[in-house]
Amino acid sequence: MSKKNPGMQIDPELGRKRFELSRYIHLKKDTAPERVVNGIYFENPVFMLALGMCPTLATTTSVTNAVGMGLSTTAILIMSNLFISLLRGIIPERMRMPSYIVIIASFVTIVDFLMAGFTPAMYESLGVYIPLIVVNCIIMGRAEAYAGKHGPAASIADGAGMGIGFTIALIVVAAVRELLGNGTFAGFRVMPSVYEPINIFVLAPGAFLVLAVFVAIMNRFHIGAARRDDDWDPTGRFVCGDCRMCPRVHGCSGKPASDAAADGREGRG
Amino acid sequence: MSFSTLLLLVITTILANNVVLSQFLGICSFLGVSQKTETAAGMGGALTFVLTLSSFVCGILYHFILVPFHLEYLKTIVFILIVAALVQFVEMFLKKYMHSLYEALGIYLPLITTNCAVLGVALLNVQKDYNIFVGTVYGLATAIGYWIAIVIMAFLREKMTDNDIPRPFRGFPIVMVTAALMSIAFFGFAGIK
Repeated sequence: MSKKNPGMQIDPELGRKRFELSRYIHLKKDTAPERVVNGIYFENPVFMLALGMCPTLATTTSVTNAVGMGLSTTAILIMSNLFISLLRGIIPERMRMPSYIVIIASFVTIVDFLMAGFTPAMYESLGVYIPLIVVNCIIMGRAEAYAGKHGPAASIADGAGMGIGFTIALIVVAAVRELLGNGTFAGFRVMPSVYEPINIFVLAPGAFLVLAVFVAIMNRFHIGAARRDDDWDPTGRFVCGDCRMCPRVHGCSGKPASDAAADGREGRG
Repeated sequence: MSFSTLLLLVITTILANNVVLSQFLGICSFLGVSQKTETAAGMGGALTFVLTLSSFVCGILYHFILVPFHLEYLKTIVFILIVAALVQFVEMFLKKYMHSLYEALGIYLPLITTNCAVLGVALLNVQKDYNIFVGTVYGLATAIGYWIAIVIMAFLREKMTDNDIPRPFRGFPIVMVTAALMSIAFFGFAGIK
């Protein structure tokens, strides 16, 4: 990564090494505990990889919504990871993306109907964001980055870890928003009655603001190793994830989409 | 739906219910492709094209195939496949017949498949019971709202690059803070509803 263009890590390996879990904890690779710890902390989809931003911002108005969204995404993630892992020898390379989309969309439809049947109130409040789990980058990203290359057991663990990490992140963001914006936690009044709720936190701007502060805190405390490298700059870690998650990492010119476009058609982001 | 209600729908969709800043759809590309104004405008253009087309095609398929055969429950799968196929088709078409436009937009087209605004609008059209025409207009208005938001964002980010931002806030967090302020500004339009 050059100083002239701080927006991009030229070498995807560079980022990987810095955030690698094995630098901090020694767990056997591709085992359930390793995958779960990785999903919750080192590759936390929201705070570390900046994936799945739409549901993170939209469904964190209350803790209840966040739990509903997080758990339904987790269920879909585990099931789609399992099936993609089982079918990884059968799906031809060229038909990968459409097959993944169909598998994911099928599970989303199932969850959609289960929620409509069993939790109608939550289904109502989450609205269009339930079917939109199809385009959640986390699920496609894990299918591409992990489940398509690993066995079913490891893929389930990976899906569970990522899902739990996502759920925790949603709950944390939602707790702050609900507490400040409404004075409650999961519907129960926590703040003293003299507390005047700051409405903006449950509205759209509050979502951006709370997430910004959380990611800044993560940047400050988490990435000690990375911070020591002088040229580290998290800008442009995503055009929907960073290189670790990017489905086009093979044949990638190492430039962000915006630069590649400026230079003609050299790469694809 | 009379002309005045349609006009009101368009204006509220673009400003008050802005797709990015108040409905949180299409956040990934909004944050990812807003580093330069030109590229942001390119992304906005590509999205406008695909979103209008996809809400039209999804509307036709839903009303003329899914509803008569009672297959409404397949809408999520059908819509995402239509969007993916449409993006592929648009890319091929532009490459063959409108090469200059392809040069300008081509790079963003694959990113649009996973843009939740496209699928979101198709699903919202069904949820809100819009007919094909109103649905297409709604899609176009949503895309224009996205275009405006991403261009403003890119403009602000260009101004921001030389500023001395605290290290933990560099990159993603400062963009989110900017988005929060923009969102507050767009809240001002809520009065026109």
